[in-house]
Amino acid sequence: MDLNTKFTAKSWPDHPETATMEAKNKFVGFWLFLGGETILFATLFATYLALRNSVPSGNDFSTDTLFELPLVFVMTMLLLTSSLTSVYAMYHMKNYNFKAMQLWLAITGFLGLGFLGFEVYEFTHYIHLGFTYGNSAFSSAFYTLVGTHGLHVAIGLVWLSLLILRNARRGLNLYNATKYYTFSLYWHFIDVVWVFIFTVVYLMGVVG
Amino acid sequence: MTTAANTVAQKKGFGATLWDWLTTVDHKKIGILYLIGGGFFFVLGGIEALMIRLQLLVPNNDFVSAGFFNELITMHGTTMIFLAAMPLLFGFMNAIVPLQIGARDVAFPFINSLGFWMFFFGGLFLNLSWFIDAAPDAGWTSYASLSIASTGHGIDFYAIGLQIAGAGTLMAGINFLVTIINMRAPGMTYMRMPLFTWTTFVASALILFAFPPLTVGLFFLTFDRMFGGNFFHVDGGGNTIIWEHIFWIFGHPEVYILVLPSFGIFSEIFSIFSRKRLFGYSAMVFATVLIGFLGFMVWAHHMFTVGLGPTANAIFAVATMAIAVPTGVKIFNWLLTMWGGSIRITTPMLYALGFIPSFVMGGVTGVQQGAAPLDYQLHDSYFIVAHFHYVIVGGVVLAILAATHLYWPKMFGTMLSEKLGKVTFWFFFIGFHMTFFLQHFLGLMGMPRRVWTYNKDQGWDLFNAISSVGALLMAIGVIVLVINIIMTTAKNERVGNDPWEDGRTLEWAIPSPPPFYNFPQTPLVRGLDTFWIEKKEGNKRGYIAAEPISDIHMPNGSFIPFVMTLGLFIAGFGAMFRLEHSWGLPVLIGGLVLTFLAMATRSIKDDLGFYVTKDEIIRTEKEILRSERGSN
Amino acid sequence: MMKGLKKWRFPAMLAALALVLSGCGEEYLSALRPSGEVGQEQFNLLILTSLIMLLVILVVVVIYVAALVKFRRSRLGEDHMPDDVEGSHKLEFIWTAIPILLLLIIAIPTVYYTYKLGDVSAMEKTDDDGNPEHLVVDVTAKLYWWEFEYPEYGIVTAQELVVPTGEKVFFNLKAADVKHSFWIPAIGGKMDTNVDNLNKFYLVFDKESKDLKDGVFYGKCAELCGPSHALMDFKVKTMNRDDFDGWVAAMKETEGQMPDKDSADAGEAAFAQSCIGCHATSGVGASGAAGPNMATFGDRNRVAGYLDHDKENIVNWIQDPQKYKPGNLMPAFDSLSDEDLDAIADYLLGLKVEE
Repeated sequence: MDLNTKFTAKSWPDHPETATMEAKNKFVGFWLFLGGETILFATLFATYLALRNSVPSGNDFSTDTLFELPLVFVMTMLLLTSSLTSVYAMYHMKNYNFKAMQLWLAITGFLGLGFLGFEVYEFTHYIHLGFTYGNSAFSSAFYTLVGTHGLHVAIGLVWLSLLILRNARRGLNLYNATKYYTFSLYWHFIDVVWVFIFTVVYLMGVVG
Repeated sequence: MTTAANTVAQKKGFGATLWDWLTTVDHKKIGILYLIGGGFFFVLGGIEALMIRLQLLVPNNDFVSAGFFNELITMHGTTMIFLAAMPLLFGFMNAIVPLQIGARDVAFPFINSLGFWMFFFGGLFLNLSWFIDAAPDAGWTSYASLSIASTGHGIDFYAIGLQIAGAGTLMAGINFLVTIINMRAPGMTYMRMPLFTWTTFVASALILFAFPPLTVGLFFLTFDRMFGGNFFHVDGGGNTIIWEHIFWIFGHPEVYILVLPSFGIFSEIFSIFSRKRLFGYSAMVFATVLIGFLGFMVWAHHMFTVGLGPTANAIFAVATMAIAVPTGVKIFNWLLTMWGGSIRITTPMLYALGFIPSFVMGGVTGVQQGAAPLDYQLHDSYFIVAHFHYVIVGGVVLAILAATHLYWPKMFGTMLSEKLGKVTFWFFFIGFHMTFFLQHFLGLMGMPRRVWTYNKDQGWDLFNAISSVGALLMAIGVIVLVINIIMTTAKNERVGNDPWEDGRTLEWAIPSPPPFYNFPQTPLVRGLDTFWIEKKEGNKRGYIAAEPISDIHMPNGSFIPFVMTLGLFIAGFGAMFRLEHSWGLPVLIGGLVLTFLAMATRSIKDDLGFYVTKDEIIRTEKEILRSERGSN
Repeated sequence: MMKGLKKWRFPAMLAALALVLSGCGEEYLSALRPSGEVGQEQFNLLILTSLIMLLVILVVVVIYVAALVKFRRSRLGEDHMPDDVEGSHKLEFIWTAIPILLLLIIAIPTVYYTYKLGDVSAMEKTDDDGNPEHLVVDVTAKLYWWEFEYPEYGIVTAQELVVPTGEKVFFNLKAADVKHSFWIPAIGGKMDTNVDNLNKFYLVFDKESKDLKDGVFYGKCAELCGPSHALMDFKVKTMNRDDFDGWVAAMKETEGQMPDKDSADAGEAAFAQSCIGCHATSGVGASGAAGPNMATFGDRNRVAGYLDHDKENIVNWIQDPQKYKPGNLMPAFDSLSDEDLDAIADYLLGLKVEE
């Protein structure tokens, strides 16, 4: 594959993310990887559900007293919006509009960073309250589930920064189009997982 | 090794050759690496097995201490499953599956190499426990209450080592899936894929869905032991039964991950050496998929005595029995493949013939254990030790040995000695039944599994002694195989494309070993057993080309997989000694940084591969033809 | 013909197989020689499944041998080219349907017995006076020994379970440290003792143990629990209800039995000095002790569950418990003088409730 092939909006393929054999492989492989990730999170969710009321006697942390929905609601909004902005970015990618794509991706990144900032704040707050990782089975399961998601966000942000910086000068080609596309898939996946965390951990924790 | 690329390799110095193997992304070479790595761990696990049987040879023996015995059984099980059986099968999958579907390479050569190095470093990490501190001692299942209570770093080695090796397996699984989905030659529809490819496909899907739970379970164990987690600490609200569920949600499919590719290998063998197409191909495919699916529905049959209640036990009992149906279908289809064929008893066929009665034995005792109330007696007794060795040795190890003989010429271009092969078979086969058949009865006579020793007033002495002698026979069989490999390699008599003469699938249509690009022209597939079809129609070349000869795109080698894995390997030590040594934390972070730097390099540095020119292909093909004429 | 065969041959074959298998193993230990209702039911299931599975093996072997004999290339000639047969829907149907039928024959008793053996509802039942209808034993598995509490009678013992014959005995099973599994092969299948929860099941003891070789049935720990897993044996004494009631009464009489530091018996004095902190000598009490209860030590069959029951082993054990059961929690009492050790052993052998 030649990286120097110059495209125009017209010659740019309809599906740049699967235009070459390597791209097709990456596309299918990434979907499968997300399938495995789904099982990974499913296991974490199942464990959390089994342990969320398991605290040693004399320990009064519980889901309905600990969590604060307004904060989590803001986080949810940030992440959902970032998913939307990444959709815009992919829209521009398909139209071979590199600058607009980079811009929307940068916005996506900042929204993700905001989300992560709030999560770090949330965790430090809990730890100040004494709800540490080793506090109980509930705390271990909580931090592991939500923290694994947070780690995915952080890895996504590093990945995104590398993509944006590495390709800033040379623009779109059929080699990096797949990379951008799989990133957006990953980002949507993270978003969907968060929707489940919001529902299962926070909403069901406070209301249920 | 006759190809141009390999001729060049032979002229290189030792350092250059080593570099070539450390950076290779060629699926055939990675296949060989898997065989070397898996073979090494197989011998290691075998030595552990011999020590176990030596300890149990006579009652009240003290050849090894009680604590060391538990380390032996743990490492024997873990090594054989994760570091021997699976990698050896991966070796054959890597070497053969791309050839069977007419591909030049796998979908992700880089990730393929990464998967191998992670397996290898993970295995190394686990086995270094013998020299640093202590080996894991809570059984290969590492049930949480015991693994949490276990002192020393043994279980830490288990959790981190398997984490690294398991991640490698997951990558290998995704790679095979995409390879089979995307890289099939024109005309190779799903229902024309050879059975070995099909079973690799289904086993890879099982890997994709079974390994993430193991990853999570091992993380829980790691966090509990090293980072203050409370998943399994009952005083902290934890629950040890969660580990059992997670382990077996992984562990039961794991059995099928091993046994399905073995079924695939035997399907190829029955068909080749009966000179007849596989009977009931579509039923075989359907049975494979069904076994894979049901494999996820039965994990709790390992937990009948845990106290899940009669309803759960009854459901899982019936679901377990259901698996016997597709498995039975397979057995009868193999028998009917032989029926009406022209059976030639070569070494691979001998293994296949030994497999049928052995595996049927393992299968029927499996159904017996599926009957929950009966399993209350059989569970955790020597009966189950006998059962799973009948399945794993009678199914998987026999398949690996068969495949070693069957595919050796394709991978190395020279035939293993048939005579010595048969000697190996008979020693191994007789030794195997001698070791494990009587163990069924030991279990029924009240002998629990994983016992370090036993008193002599319990009526178990004779059967244990016979069992131990059998293990020795198996060892002799393996030693003869090693001698066979050394002699064959020394003689190095070259063979042609189709050394068994009755090859049916695409891999037998190209040179042994194939050139690094496999097919100078992508083949066109016209049906099941495409090479056989072409042979019967008198096509000397063995396949029809789907394209004219043109430049071929190939991937570059890379050292990054090695570095990435090395980073994790280093980080593992840091995590383990973090609490007792000040260097622990920096080493943990340093290792992870190394891995992330390697990943970032991979992400930033474009890797577009290279082209083999048309002229070079034509030159290489001519050279192969010339050398083949020369050797014949 | 199949029908006729089933009608009379099947039971005959069952009986024949049962006879062959029951030759296997020791009466006090083997699941093949069941001495209780539960074990008998499980044994019957073993015979039933074995016969069906032997039938399957037979069919496979017949086709296998016939194919091998008939279709060898050495017979057919090197050039023989067999027809490529695709398959046969009829055959596929047959070898799908028949196994399903065979499995149904197994599945029905499996489900029936799963529910039957899992039914512990009778455990809570009381008669008109409020007394429990059935004997319940609380079993606690600890690092390499077993504690048996009889909550109804307020008594506790260790290492040797004593139960009446001919009635359902219910068990509450629990582990104190790591997971173990409670198994008396000759009486019936096992159940795990978890660290997380209480498990409940029942067994029936049909045979009195006094005629057995050692006068006891053998019990085992079936779940890997550390270095001395293999040595975590216990014994089971079964007796008729009258004898059992007598045993309970004798146990109750040990109430308040305490070794005296100033006793004239040197063994008793030394025991009171060094051992009483962990080992009670009265059988009245509840589970939860740090060491096995000693009230019935003299009646027992083994030292530490597996060593011959003699003075020498007692002394050796006290001096270095780790040597005999690595990983157990008892410290070594190597500072005790030989005379004290000797006296303690004598004292222990004298602790009896049975005549």
